[in-house]
Amino acid sequence: MNTKTADRIATGVFYCIALIIIAILVSLFYYILVNGLKNISLDFLTTPSSNVRAGGGIRDQLFNSLYVLVITMVIAVPLGLGGGIYMAEYAKPGKITDTIRSCIEVLASLPSIVIGMFGLLMFVNLTGWGYTILGGALALTVFNLPVIVRVSEDAIRSVPRELKEASLALGITHWHTIKTVILPSAFPTILTGIILASGRVFGEAAALLFTAGLSTPRLDYANWNPFSATSPLNIFRPAETLAVHIWAVNTQGLIPDVEEVSSGAAAVLVLSVLIFNLLARWIGSLIHRKITATK
Amino acid sequence: MATAMKQRPAETDLIQSKENQQQNMVLHVKNLEIFYGEKRAVNGISMDIEKNSVTALIGPSGCGKSTFLRSINRMNDLIPGARAEGEIIYDDLNILSEQINVVALRKEIGMVFQKPNPFPKSIYDNITHALKFAGIRKKSKLDEIVEESLQKAALWEEVKDRLHKSALSLSGGQQQRLCIARTIAMKPTVMLLDEPSSALDPISNAKVEDLIVELKKDYSIIIVTHNMQQASRISDKTAFFLSGDLIEYDITDTIFTNPSVKKTEEYISGRFG
Repeated sequence: MNTKTADRIATGVFYCIALIIIAILVSLFYYILVNGLKNISLDFLTTPSSNVRAGGGIRDQLFNSLYVLVITMVIAVPLGLGGGIYMAEYAKPGKITDTIRSCIEVLASLPSIVIGMFGLLMFVNLTGWGYTILGGALALTVFNLPVIVRVSEDAIRSVPRELKEASLALGITHWHTIKTVILPSAFPTILTGIILASGRVFGEAAALLFTAGLSTPRLDYANWNPFSATSPLNIFRPAETLAVHIWAVNTQGLIPDVEEVSSGAAAVLVLSVLIFNLLARWIGSLIHRKITATK
Repeated sequence: MATAMKQRPAETDLIQSKENQQQNMVLHVKNLEIFYGEKRAVNGISMDIEKNSVTALIGPSGCGKSTFLRSINRMNDLIPGARAEGEIIYDDLNILSEQINVVALRKEIGMVFQKPNPFPKSIYDNITHALKFAGIRKKSKLDEIVEESLQKAALWEEVKDRLHKSALSLSGGQQQRLCIARTIAMKPTVMLLDEPSSALDPISNAKVEDLIVELKKDYSIIIVTHNMQQASRISDKTAFFLSGDLIEYDITDTIFTNPSVKKTEEYISGRFG
């Protein structure tokens, strides 16, 4: 009887916790979307922002957010995945490996504003680039690398040892086994990690304030030459992202429609992260089904 | 007839048969010791493994038989702190030597594990995985080997219409035969089987046993098993291991009907282990 009651109470408590989490999430979404959706229009998404007048859009900020995300991931995913493979498959247990691991953990726990200051020093001043997309992406790489390394390492470690042995026992080299057996098996978990990291990149403001900057030059979307100053693809131009924009209009905005712009931008940010997640998961499951031959 | 052939040779034939034996052997194990860190798991065993026959390794859990088996294709390399001393001679080479190309060795000496471990890929890809790595790219050649090895593993009829379905959709017994097929496809000389049917139901087990008996025509098979009936049904020679020592190694019939060491008899009759 006693244990039965305890069991019931435990079940109840966990249901309550789940409800609280869902309630927080739903109310947050509700608040952001109800306040934001009415401000989103095609016009809002396709006009550049204004510094003084009402009616500015978020065209450049939205593009910058996506572009910074892509550049960051192009740098961070290969590095992080490589680090994860090294830690899981090649690193011999010992002092050096332990040191690397604690470095990664410390890196993961650094506040993003500190990484922003480091970025300012390294990628803005030392390199002499000024505020650039590349600088921002590098700062975000520092910020996300530990997460991706950690996730990849864990994902690779959780691949059953039997699979690895099966492949090695067939006379296949370690690297080919990693490439064709271990990574495909670890792929769904690694993808989840990358998606989570992407969400952080998308929403990050502090690390970008002093690296990618608070402004965007006048962009010409017809100009696809990545070396041209007005091209949106130029990685050596300053770029204000959505998250930074929301912070900027709220703290130093001169425009009369601060409320509308920031709530609209917040809604766009949340929706973009959502769409990005769903899209990445969908593509990921397609790839996974293709390699595992499952329906 | 079969038992008559297995009987021990008469004294006069002994010298002659010893010479024959040297040629009929595929592996010579000499003073093999295996350590896990400080702990010694195998205490200096010596034995010769016959070509085209089934050699069963029996003994209680932790007696070193699987450790020994895994040392034959250097799978123990994966275990940190494991090392082996002594010699295992295969094709005039010491397998345990540092200079051995482990990848090439494992093509010659294949292994099937206790738990069926197909790759999470299609049935077809499970077999071609290692072939492609070995450099076979031609589709027609791959198709041919896939069919041939599935035929040999007695799985072809069951899967020929679903080659491109996931291997994980197969039953446990089918998965294990697929793992055997995948090893066969590499055309090894020796096949190491580590309790290959202990995770299977009796019917699948019977199929795997039939398969092993069939396979010894082409391969030398070493099998670790906990199942005494299995050892007596399928093996030609049996080695009994106890706490890292090779206690007795003889023709299977002899081991099971007239063992010369008391410990062997006690183990076989189920008095311990």
